[in-house]
Amino acid sequence: MRENKNHAPETLEKSLDSTLESVDSAEELAVGVAQRAGFDEDDLMKIGMAVRESMVNAVVHGNRYNAHKKVRLLVTHSPERFTIRIADEGEGFDAASIPDPLAPENLMRTSGRGIFLIRSFMDEFEMRHREPQGTEVTLVKYVVSK
Amino acid sequence: MSVKLNTRQVGDVSVVDVAGRITLGEGSSALRDLLREMVGKGEKKILLNLGDVSYIDSSGIGELVSGFTTVTNSGGQLKLLNLNKRVKDLLQITKLYTVFDVHEDEAGAVRSFA
Repeated sequence: MRENKNHAPETLEKSLDSTLESVDSAEELAVGVAQRAGFDEDDLMKIGMAVRESMVNAVVHGNRYNAHKKVRLLVTHSPERFTIRIADEGEGFDAASIPDPLAPENLMRTSGRGIFLIRSFMDEFEMRHREPQGTEVTLVKYVVSK
Repeated sequence: MSVKLNTRQVGDVSVVDVAGRITLGEGSSALRDLLREMVGKGEKKILLNLGDVSYIDSSGIGELVSGFTTVTNSGGQLKLLNLNKRVKDLLQITKLYTVFDVHEDEAGAVRSFA
């Protein structure tokens, strides 16, 4: 939950390389903005983890570590919503094809929990195909004034 | 800091003190390599002390599951010790908390292998 303390709106936009270092950078940057926006420790953890999982999807599954492809990170916030957009230049994938990680037959799978965790930690999650190619995810955390 | 792994012996139980981050890349692969090496040496009783784990992501969770499966398939047991709130919450929302044998006290955890 965010405290309402007249935090100035802040926008951050970055073009990042398709590397694991970018995953760390994006998480750090987004959490920094969220911290300045007044979110508490619990929400900062959730936002950071959702960004990390989204960045891993973009770098590893989207751009497949391709040095010629970038990941775009956009963080904005209004008085009501804290929004993060992460876009890759990959070939895209069908989120519906990911098996339910909570189904008993999938519990012992070693992967496939990233999007589930993002949905668990954020208030809104949307994934869309970009033209000519790529995937963009939008993560939203509601700002609730105390 | 990425992950730091220290192995010690308590009776016939191998305790692995894990500190730092178990995330995609160095952190999760180091844990995977260590557990495979221990299984390769025939170690059957492995206790992962996660008390100093500051961060774990879905890849790290996957490594815990993978380690559990590897040890179990070799006829051994892998148990978890000292989960902090963050790790515990993650295992609970992913419904893995009941899959693992989780302990809060090292002596009790060691005894439970008997």
